[in-house]
Amino acid sequence: MTDEVTARDPQAIGAALRWALARDLAIAVRTRGELGVELLFFVLVASLFPLTLAPDPALLRTLAPGVLWVAALLASLLALPRLFAADFASGTLAAIALSPRPLAALVSGKMAAHWLTTGLPVVVLAPLIALAYRAEAADIAVLVAGLALGTPILSMLGAIGAALTLGARGGGGLLALLVLPLYVPVLIFGAGAVGAVQAGLGGAPHLALLAAGLLAAAVGAPLATSAAVRIALE
Amino acid sequence: MTLRPRASAASRAREHAPPPPLPASVTLAAQDLAARRGTRLLWQGVNLTLSAGDALVVRGANGVGKTTLLRVLAGLAHAEHGSVRWRGAIVAPHAQALRDDVLFIGHAPALRDELTAAENLTSLAALAAEPMTAGACSDALAAVDLAAQASLPARVLSEGQRRRVPLARLASTSRPLWILDEPAAALDAAGVRWLGARLAGHLAQGGVAVVSTHAPIDVPGARVAEMTL
Amino acid sequence: MNVNWFKYASPASFLPLASRLARGFAAAAVVLGIAGLAIGLVIAPTDATQGDAYRIIFIHVPAAWMAMLIYVVMAGWSALALGYNTRLSAMMAQALAPTGASMAFLALWTGAFWGRPTWGTYWAWDARMTSTLILLFLYLGVIALRAAIDEPRRADRACAVLALVGVVNVPIIYFSVQWWNTLHQGSSVSLTAAPTMAMTMLAGMLVMTLALWCYCIGVVLWRVQAIIVEREEGAAWMARRVPA
Repeated sequence: MTDEVTARDPQAIGAALRWALARDLAIAVRTRGELGVELLFFVLVASLFPLTLAPDPALLRTLAPGVLWVAALLASLLALPRLFAADFASGTLAAIALSPRPLAALVSGKMAAHWLTTGLPVVVLAPLIALAYRAEAADIAVLVAGLALGTPILSMLGAIGAALTLGARGGGGLLALLVLPLYVPVLIFGAGAVGAVQAGLGGAPHLALLAAGLLAAAVGAPLATSAAVRIALE
Repeated sequence: MTLRPRASAASRAREHAPPPPLPASVTLAAQDLAARRGTRLLWQGVNLTLSAGDALVVRGANGVGKTTLLRVLAGLAHAEHGSVRWRGAIVAPHAQALRDDVLFIGHAPALRDELTAAENLTSLAALAAEPMTAGACSDALAAVDLAAQASLPARVLSEGQRRRVPLARLASTSRPLWILDEPAAALDAAGVRWLGARLAGHLAQGGVAVVSTHAPIDVPGARVAEMTL
Repeated sequence: MNVNWFKYASPASFLPLASRLARGFAAAAVVLGIAGLAIGLVIAPTDATQGDAYRIIFIHVPAAWMAMLIYVVMAGWSALALGYNTRLSAMMAQALAPTGASMAFLALWTGAFWGRPTWGTYWAWDARMTSTLILLFLYLGVIALRAAIDEPRRADRACAVLALVGVVNVPIIYFSVQWWNTLHQGSSVSLTAAPTMAMTMLAGMLVMTLALWCYCIGVVLWRVQAIIVEREEGAAWMARRVPA
């Protein structure tokens, strides 16, 4: 792995990002059904918990951040194989790796498309489900802010796992084992932000840490994923 | 085994109005290359030197490692030991120098089922930083006898048609190094003649090609060496 | 003086060295272990607040330190394996993972038994415990990924990338007691300030740390011999080798 994956030319990086983003979004639009299923899964998981509990509003309100975050996490996990599996099987990933364009930028474009089709709908739907959990306005605001910062991190960290498990046996279970330990800090700070607001403290420190994590992931995850993609193509 | 291409007795045919020849530094060399699969070596002791205008045809039984050799030369895979040189400098796998110059067409056609044949072709060309206009795209698809399938989703194409889409890039690419893994497998007799003519044109401009194939491909007027793994 | 850093970089030359070193470290581990347990269980005084329950510290803290240290060392070998494309660095990383996982598990297990009498609970989701649990899962992930990829060289590189991605967790574990108010006490032992615990307790803990360190090195060297022999099967030097 001695070769650089990034070019110093911002034009080249931007062009590569746009290529990957446009292509993956075009494909996603034509497989709308699949995306709908993932979103439905998120709604279903979040809806299961109240069925098991007494309809106590205070209890529901306390549970809301945890349940919604776990549901978002599981929805992201469910969508991860879609990131690389089809390209790997069809030989497109080899073409991407052999492209003169910077691989980290191409991979970032795919991550961005993944977030737009998986994370962003979750961010948009979460307030509705949170209302069903009797959450207050302040809770919902911090929940949405946390999800908006955290779901991109989930897409990026998940991409590393998805690339590492290409061509490996063990399927979804292995991917979950690799990716969930990386997801846990995001979950803790995202749900913790809402918990802090419910306790009367501010959610700002948690959100600040999430923002820092997002920046770190934006730099590190494409590099790690590029390395993993090249290894998978051996 | 060491290979140097034998000079053809006939002079090289010239295509009409070719673009200017590529610089003479276009050379692909490999020294003492070996590849491993699992615990055993697939092949070892491979040496080759190809200069501008040379082609190498790789033959061998199924499973002997032809695809692995081509992937190592293209920079997709690590060799167990030995080195690959492009334009005189050693290139590690995924080196930028190699990625800038290589056109690799492997077994798996890099197609997405949801996109049409034309969209797939223009997307691949854009990925390789050789964007195609719509006109160039339809010309290229026509050259591989896919004009009627241009706006069909790749899902409905036959296996042979799928393998021909990436080959359409050969019509308009300017990459100096072509590495093609069994390109003739998807082509009928007319298609093989077209491929041979394209290869001849590429070599005449000073390019280098490494092709693996079971069936013979006639490349008129070119220096072609053969290697059997 | 010209040092040949790559003298033992081939599995063939490293194998006899590993064999000798493993025996040496095993012996040292036994001696230090007996000494450390003697100090910890017999000589060190009873704690004022926790009674004799605190004595589990002599296993718990060294195990936790080892779990973190081994991960960093594994990440180091992984970086070498990726950078220099050497087989032996990857084999060392492969040998370190199971020992690191057992150290992390030991730390969590002994910590649970310590937590019951002192905090009243076997488990609490405080920062250090949670991040050590994450460390255990990271180890298990590396082990699982290696088992899931058939091609050994590809598995080497994939596990190396995974190990390097996870190494970010280790400073989080270490600094978690400073950054968050948690159940875990702050550090009693620091390189710069005087320790806040009794000297015999400190001595016992340090001797046990050295003992566990020697044990880990010995076990890892013993395991890497098995890995070398298994993976180099069919190589020319293996046929010429006289089994030790």
